[in-house]
Amino acid sequence: MSDVTCAETCVIACAEIFSGAGEIMASPMATTPLIGARLARLTTEPDLLITDGEALIFADTPAVGTSAPIEGWMPFRKVFDVVASGRRHVVMGANQIDRHGNQNLSAFGPLQHPKRQMFGVRGAPGNTINHPTSYWVARHSSRVFTETVDIISGVGYDQIDPANPAYRFHHIHRVVTNLGVFDFRGPDHTFRALSLHPGVTADEVVENTGFEVAGLDDVGETRAPTDEELSLIRDTLDPKGLRDKEVAPAGAAR
Amino acid sequence: MTTGTRRTQTDKTSTLDEAIGEIRDGMTIGIGGWGSRRKPLALVRALARSDVRDLTVVTYGGPDLGLLCAAGKVRKAYYGFVSLDSPPFYDPWFAHARTSGAIEVREMDEGMVKCGLEAAAARLPFLPIRAGLGSAVLDFWGDELRTVDSPYPSADGRTETLVAMPALELDVALVHLDIADVHGNAAYTGVDPYFDDLFCGAAQRRFLEADRVVETTELVESVSPQRMLLNRMNVDRVIHAPNGAHFTFAGDYRRDEAFQRHYAQSAADPESWATFRDHFLDVDEETYQERVVEWTRERTEQKEGAPA
Repeated sequence: MSDVTCAETCVIACAEIFSGAGEIMASPMATTPLIGARLARLTTEPDLLITDGEALIFADTPAVGTSAPIEGWMPFRKVFDVVASGRRHVVMGANQIDRHGNQNLSAFGPLQHPKRQMFGVRGAPGNTINHPTSYWVARHSSRVFTETVDIISGVGYDQIDPANPAYRFHHIHRVVTNLGVFDFRGPDHTFRALSLHPGVTADEVVENTGFEVAGLDDVGETRAPTDEELSLIRDTLDPKGLRDKEVAPAGAAR
Repeated sequence: MTTGTRRTQTDKTSTLDEAIGEIRDGMTIGIGGWGSRRKPLALVRALARSDVRDLTVVTYGGPDLGLLCAAGKVRKAYYGFVSLDSPPFYDPWFAHARTSGAIEVREMDEGMVKCGLEAAAARLPFLPIRAGLGSAVLDFWGDELRTVDSPYPSADGRTETLVAMPALELDVALVHLDIADVHGNAAYTGVDPYFDDLFCGAAQRRFLEADRVVETTELVESVSPQRMLLNRMNVDRVIHAPNGAHFTFAGDYRRDEAFQRHYAQSAADPESWATFRDHFLDVDEETYQERVVEWTRERTEQKEGAPA
């Protein structure tokens, strides 16, 4: 199949976040990673647990926004038990991410007198200290990828105290954006490019990132979806094309 | 042997204003529910109408915190997040209180709220938790949040240092459940109990509002025992508040998304807020509920009458 859109490439990259995850709870917090998690579950990761985003664990893998038969109960209080158990991989959004993986979704400005209020830290501190965490950024810009975040909600690598074993479960696995796939395996756990989506140049990433990106010299291209994956995305998981509301189709101005 | 007078179990039925009449300036109030889900908004509206000031609020915040901020009741807030759960997501009155510096906050990880309530419910000074380490939560709290070293070293001889989440002790808890009896036995009928039993466990005085107040036999026949979240020991006052969680959702009704949007949009400027307040907040609960019905009917008629 031809004409793979940027959103579809992003879905593939989000699905690959869960490669090898096994029997854990996949908790995607936006449409594209949600399609990605469900795609992984329908292909290589059938043992993932997914929920309806409220309190029910799905037995089947439904399309975005639809329901399915259930296999269990996961009210919020039990989610915190799962977080503490480590058997989870969350994909959160971010208003800001810095070079070491510190993330902000709380507010902009001073702690007790912010300039703009968002959600507060939510579950970000507990997620990042307890189990694998990845991030999804639909519009990769230097406002998001900034030198320093205003409020550390999600914990980055430079906050880790190696002498304190309480930090031993911290792991930021991937950052997927509309430009490419990244991790924090650059020098000293810094932001590193793993692949850029088809048509995206290294210069474009440099222009839209507020700090140096490691690995851009020899970066590969994000792989194309298989025919089976494209069919699952287009016909099964997201027939209404909600992914295109989050990620502009290829060719549109980024 | 004394001849005792035969007594019956306490009838805890109260009005909203009787319950709110117990609340004093400066008290710490825990509010049940989650975001814009099963919030005790009839009690919150009554509190917003009262003369009480300088409250400290502990919550998984939604429009409960927003309405109290709008009424200028909040001095300090402890919360894991504040969300309306649907667009525009950020509560405008909480945002206004924050950006104007009107309230002091002890923002924390969502799991820390549960942990702090559990500590208070078990009458412990703290419970250790991993969440919070390495994050700005430590800066939000300053000296009020400390760490604790494990007395048991890890296998490699190192010591695990964790956040010592202090007990979130409450003067009063406000919760909304779907069905209750007059003694304080109560059940939720939706998919999630949230943390309402913990809020009650952490509080000195526990006020429960319920959509339906029925005989105990009817209560136990209408739900499975696992749904009975509160027992008599957890509750001091029972308030019959049909549709009391409005405009958040409860077991028998959905969130009133249109009205929540109207609430959020009305906060945009002083004039529209004055109108909203005059119409929906400076009135008793019965009038509020009547006006919501009226507002919904007018809105539906306008929509239907609009040119195609």
